[in-house]
Amino acid sequence: MKNITKFVISDIMRNRIILFYLLMLCLFSWSIFSLEDNTSKGIMSLLNIVLLTVPLVSIIFSNIYMYNSAEFIELLVSQPVKRSTIWKSIFIGLSVALMAAFFIGIGIPVLFFVPGLTGATFIVTGMLITAIFVSIAMLCSILMRDKARGIGLSIILWLFLSLIYDGLVLFFMFQYADYPIEKPMAILTALNPVDLARIHVLLQVDTEALMGYTGAIFKKMFGTGPGMMVSLALMVVWVAGPFYLSLRLFDKKDL
Amino acid sequence: MIHLNNISKSFGKTQALKNVSLQLDAAKCVGLIGPNACGKTTIIKTILSMVVPDSGEILVNGTKITGDVRYKASIGYMPQIGRYPDNMTVSQVISMIRDIRGYEGKEDTELYEEFGVNKFCDKKMRTLSGGTTQKVSATIAFLFDPPVLILDEPTAGLDPVSSGIFRDKIVREREKGKLILITSHLLSELDDLLTDVVFMQEAEVLFYKSVEELYTETGEERVSKAVGKLLKLKMR
Repeated sequence: MKNITKFVISDIMRNRIILFYLLMLCLFSWSIFSLEDNTSKGIMSLLNIVLLTVPLVSIIFSNIYMYNSAEFIELLVSQPVKRSTIWKSIFIGLSVALMAAFFIGIGIPVLFFVPGLTGATFIVTGMLITAIFVSIAMLCSILMRDKARGIGLSIILWLFLSLIYDGLVLFFMFQYADYPIEKPMAILTALNPVDLARIHVLLQVDTEALMGYTGAIFKKMFGTGPGMMVSLALMVVWVAGPFYLSLRLFDKKDL
Repeated sequence: MIHLNNISKSFGKTQALKNVSLQLDAAKCVGLIGPNACGKTTIIKTILSMVVPDSGEILVNGTKITGDVRYKASIGYMPQIGRYPDNMTVSQVISMIRDIRGYEGKEDTELYEEFGVNKFCDKKMRTLSGGTTQKVSATIAFLFDPPVLILDEPTAGLDPVSSGIFRDKIVREREKGKLILITSHLLSELDDLLTDVVFMQEAEVLFYKSVEELYTETGEERVSKAVGKLLKLKMR
């Protein structure tokens, strides 16, 4: 397992796109923190950018990487290695490489400007979001045999989770504004990893004004500390769920 | 060494294998022949569990292959079209497979030397021609001295000199007591190599015969002609 992971990481690190991604994240974080005096506000602006770009790059990059390694996977399957080992190694390799880029690009400036628990929460959330979208990308790549369709599916999923979903929730909220809808709203939020990540960071920063409706409900239902535990646990489920499903499918796939 | 019991497999509506049963023993060189799309490659891929059969079971050295991948350490596989990661060099591919297999015995570098792999071992896989990629595949298949060799269309892209080197190597390995399974539809290439012939047609095994049986039944002395004649006899 170690060998394959090592190979995947060194292969991705040589890729120019990952370098570009790292530079882009650096640009975001340093420019925001140098323009904004209030670091608390700064981290909120950064959060919005991160929640839009990190999922997009993670899902598209991982998806293309999966299709481009089809030959490599075929070669490995003909060797005495378990299929699950191959799949896990690729997942770990992709996640570690993308998380490293995130850590260098965003994590270090955040720790520099916002040291302490808030900065740490922000970094952990960013890394979890990376892993979540790597895991979704791997599921897309196994559901669609065709590369164009797989990439299309992952773009649609990103669009849905980052933009469309919030619109639907808002629509739902206005439609049923006269009813007690706190609980369904909290559940709806829990179904979207991007919202979960946002709430997780906002609960830590504790800026009620920016928390929005679902965040406020989350806080009311669980309180700050338990609320954060719940959102963290749900994000881990979002990493493990799609990955486990793709692992099961890969075990039976004909190459 | 390898037993296939009633293997069936279909891809969507097309049936690739229909109740195929085979018994392949050591010290034999078995030719798996038949027209295109008759299921030759599917058989090989099921043995390597790259394709999971719908029903039936496969035994390698007496143990079922489902769930345990260690048996693959005893198989050297040369694919029909070797596809490798584009950005790796030849020597990186070889050392990666060496790491994965964790092979500790003496490596068989005969093909590595005879094909002159060290002349192009620093080139990236993407830049290699079809024939050169075949040489790399062949080198990897034989490198870890496995008791079973599975060769899918091995000589399709090789030049006559390399093809000769390769055939000699196959004969030497057969004489050492290894099981060699070759697929091909170029029958003339297989003359003097084979000890047994499996003929497949439309996802089924039409016959399994030793080469001597084939010769006595048909009165021919070349595999290609004997198979042709036998097929004509069966048609009647």
